[in-house]
Amino acid sequence: MDLLEFARGPALQWSVSIFIVGVLWRLLGVFLLRSKKDLSEPRNPAAWKGLRLIALRSWPRREFLEGTAFGEVMGYAFHVGFLVSLFFFAPHVLFFADVARGLSGTDLQGLIGFRWPTLPNGIITLLSAISVAALLAVLVHRLVNPVKRLISNFDDYFSWFVTFAPLVTGMAAFAHLAGWPYERLLAYHLLSVELLLVWFPFGKLMHAFTIFAARGTTGMIFERRGASL
Amino acid sequence: MTASTGQPHTRKPEPLEFDKPRVSIATPEYRYDMQGEMPEAERVERAMKSFVKDFGRTAAIYMESCIHCGMCAEACHFYEVTKDPKYTPIWKLEPFKQAYKREYGPFAVIYRALNLKQKVTVERLQEWQQLIYDSCTVCGRCSLMCPMGIDIAALVSQARHGMYAAGLIPHELWSVTERARLEGSPLGATPKVFKDRLEWLSDDHEVEIPLDEPDADVLCAMSSIEIMKYPDSVVATARIMNHLGVSWTFRLDGYEATNFGLLSGNAAAQKLLTMKIVDAAVACGAKTVILPECGHAYTALRWMGANMYGQPLPFRVMHIAEFLAEQVREGKLRLKKVAKSATFHDPCQVVRRGGAIEAPREVLKALGVELHEMYPTKGTNWCCGGGGGVVANHRADELRYKTFKLKMEQIEATGAELPVTTCANCRQTFDDGQAHFKWDRKMHSLLELVADNLIEDES
Ligand code: SF4
Ligand code: SF4
Repeated sequence: MDLLEFARGPALQWSVSIFIVGVLWRLLGVFLLRSKKDLSEPRNPAAWKGLRLIALRSWPRREFLEGTAFGEVMGYAFHVGFLVSLFFFAPHVLFFADVARGLSGTDLQGLIGFRWPTLPNGIITLLSAISVAALLAVLVHRLVNPVKRLISNFDDYFSWFVTFAPLVTGMAAFAHLAGWPYERLLAYHLLSVELLLVWFPFGKLMHAFTIFAARGTTGMIFERRGASL
Repeated sequence: MTASTGQPHTRKPEPLEFDKPRVSIATPEYRYDMQGEMPEAERVERAMKSFVKDFGRTAAIYMESCIHCGMCAEACHFYEVTKDPKYTPIWKLEPFKQAYKREYGPFAVIYRALNLKQKVTVERLQEWQQLIYDSCTVCGRCSLMCPMGIDIAALVSQARHGMYAAGLIPHELWSVTERARLEGSPLGATPKVFKDRLEWLSDDHEVEIPLDEPDADVLCAMSSIEIMKYPDSVVATARIMNHLGVSWTFRLDGYEATNFGLLSGNAAAQKLLTMKIVDAAVACGAKTVILPECGHAYTALRWMGANMYGQPLPFRVMHIAEFLAEQVREGKLRLKKVAKSATFHDPCQVVRRGGAIEAPREVLKALGVELHEMYPTKGTNWCCGGGGGVVANHRADELRYKTFKLKMEQIEATGAELPVTTCANCRQTFDDGQAHFKWDRKMHSLLELVADNLIEDES
């Protein structure tokens, strides 16, 4: 078995399994904890309206913007670049279609009911490049900003690495980096994605899920009290 | 590093200082304080047990969500005025985050087996005492900033439970909480003192103050700061209630709304103090309990009271500003116009976290003042720097004065003549800051402003 076969075969199966089991374990480990009923008389009985905090908190209030604008803009830049190239790069969509066919016996289009759109390679390349640049900027910021440097730990740096690696290996594979065989680059790319999947449940990448729970919970508690959201 | 080691049940609470701009306890400056004698390992054990005891889903979600973006620092007045990264809100919880991951989180087994998170030591907790108590007013401003939506202030309150259990809280907070538990008031406003004061105030101000009525629609409570330092607020409360013709009373079995149990992290004392008011209200059949101008008293009864009681409270709980606004809205309270400009300082627990955002403003409108809002205002207004027990903690003074400068600048910028607030704790923080900086602005009480401007010949 060569490296690419390994990356496409057992490594993929294992990493996806660890990802799924790990994510479920961590989410259940939290959601199955008891939650005491709040007996105070609500100011706003429709506490669910506080779920709007999930959307509201996506951008800071005007009062907080000055000190946080850099983090917000860079954060959006790498998230958008990362997610768009993940889901709308034509070879990725083909890969997902392949996996979907393997799992369900039907093609992706049949599975989701519409044709999954893709974006031109030029746009994907540009977005990936922005994402890489933004990730480098946030890494430097983490190293030089006294607040971020103090509160950072292994998770912050390793999570950064496993996010950065697939972008770089992906771009290298796409560009057929001079002198390297495409298969090897593709294998590296796959392996870096698999590393991300394996690390995902254990570190802060989990915020992709917990962000909704945390914002929603706070929103409902605060809305019930009529407190500022 | 020095420490004071006291034994909670043998050491007497320190004497009180009444001649200062704020009522407080004289204590030398310590880096950290300790209460009780116990082995170090036991302190840590107790801290962590108590921390995780109430660890429900909400706190766990918060603990799982932090991305270490550091943005919460920008919201905290202690960071804003010092730019010292240790005042980053989430950093104040670091040992507890560490303990959560190691002892309690879904992957605790892995963290322990591989020793990925170190065991929390007593030294670490001692070091963090200053961060958890001296440099956090539990104002919740950071909770509005966090992009993950983590209510950091709520976690600080929870961490204080752990610190209390470990006997690792600032000695003044421990001392006033003990005083409240044993004598019925943190600042010496015992039932006897309160009764004497009421008689004196009633005579002096020629106002009737009902006490211990067996039946009343409304039970009023005061904060100890008001009883001891701002007795005009007691008189103002009586004047307004009488003016409105409300069936009301104070009761010696439940008059003190200050709850140092909440501020210090002593949950048992918090419950005890809450239950006094609940029982007094039930005893006189009150339909409404009106809380004084006190921020944390509002949190303690309005939002935590029923949970302490174990069932919904059989009465309504209102902050005095909410009650006044309601009376204005219903046309029962008419006020003389104050021909001045005013600015309103939002007490964090009443406004940002309590939700009574517009009520004080409605009352100010009825007073006809020209309101100049601060920037920022309402939910994002800066804290006075004295909440969460910080103003009672002498060793925090220097830091607190730094944060107070933010308030002075904000108020100056409005150009308003009257700074007004509706929390006696904020007020004494302002009085103390005013004296310290020899500032020419005096903070006013909304309640007293209303009492001074009642249209007496109404109805
Ligand atoms: S609650 Fe207030 S004082 Fe405490 S960390 Fe947050 S912003 Fe700072
Ligand atoms: S703002 Fe929220 S997510 Fe960011 S470091 Fe502070 S607590 Fe963590």
